[in-house]
Amino acid sequence: MVHYQARLDTTFAALSDVTRRGVLEQLAGSDASITDLAQRFRMTLTGMKKHVGVLERAGLVTTEKVGRVRTCKLGPRRLEEEAAWIERHRQLWSARFDALDEIVEDLKRKEKANARSKRR
Amino acid sequence: MPEAKEGSSAAVNRTAVERRSDRELVVTRTFDAPAHLVFEAWSKAELFQRWWVPESAGLALLSCDMDVRTGGTYRLVFRHPMSDQPMAFFGTYREVTPNERIVWTNEESDEGAVTTVTFEENAGKTLVTLHELYPTKAALDEALAGSAEALPEQFAQLDELLAGGS
Repeated sequence: MVHYQARLDTTFAALSDVTRRGVLEQLAGSDASITDLAQRFRMTLTGMKKHVGVLERAGLVTTEKVGRVRTCKLGPRRLEEEAAWIERHRQLWSARFDALDEIVEDLKRKEKANARSKRR
Repeated sequence: MPEAKEGSSAAVNRTAVERRSDRELVVTRTFDAPAHLVFEAWSKAELFQRWWVPESAGLALLSCDMDVRTGGTYRLVFRHPMSDQPMAFFGTYREVTPNERIVWTNEESDEGAVTTVTFEENAGKTLVTLHELYPTKAALDEALAGSAEALPEQFAQLDELLAGGS
C-alpha cells in the first residue's frame, strides 16, 4: 500500500504539468520523437527531454532510441489507472449532484405551486 | 413513472471532474433551476443533508448543523459501522454571498481543503462550479482515495433514491 501510494505520488507529479498532460494526449494519438514534441509544444529539445524524463520515471511513457531518433510512446496501462481514479471521483460527485438535482426539482415544483396558490 | 425519469435533467446534465493541478480539483454541473433554489438546497441543513451524504444502511448522519453566513460554522457528525467513534467534519464559512458563492474551510485536520462553490444563473439554469484547493498534493490524493472507498454505498443509496423517488 505504501509502495502503491509512492507510485501514485510520482504519477500525479508527472500529471500536474499542462505540457506533460499535452504530451500524453499527443502520444495517445500516435508515437512521436522528442524533436516532434519539442516543436509541437514550442520548447527547446532540452526542455522537452526533461518533461519526457519525468513521464518516463512515472511509467507513463516509454522511449526507445533508434539511430539518432528517440521515439516516445505511452507506457502500458498506467494512464488508464489514473483515469479510473478520476472516474471514481467523478462518480461520487455525480451521485451527489444527481441527488441534489432531485431536491432542486422538488423546490422548483413547490415554488411554482406556491406562486399559483398566491395568485388565487 | 419511467418516462419522467428518462427525461429528467439528472440523466441529461453531466457532472464533470477535473484535476486542475496537483492541489486542485474542479467539479462542474448545470442544474435546470434558478440559482436561488440551488443555493437554498446548499444552505439549509435539512435539504443539504439529503444530498451531500446520501443516507444509506452503512453510513448514518447523526447531526448536521450549518450556519451559512460569512464567519458562520458547520459541523456534520456521522457514524460508520466500521468505527466505534462517530466521525465529525467541521469548518468555517469564509465567505457567503447568497445565491452566488460560498467559500468554506474543512478543519478536522491540517490537510483539509478550502472549497469555493459558485452559482451562475443563465436563462433559468444554474452552472455550479465547485473548486477544492488542498494544502498539499498528498492531501488531495488522500481525499481521492477516501472518497473512492465510500462509493459503493453512495451508489446503492442513489439507486434507492431514484427507484423510490420517481
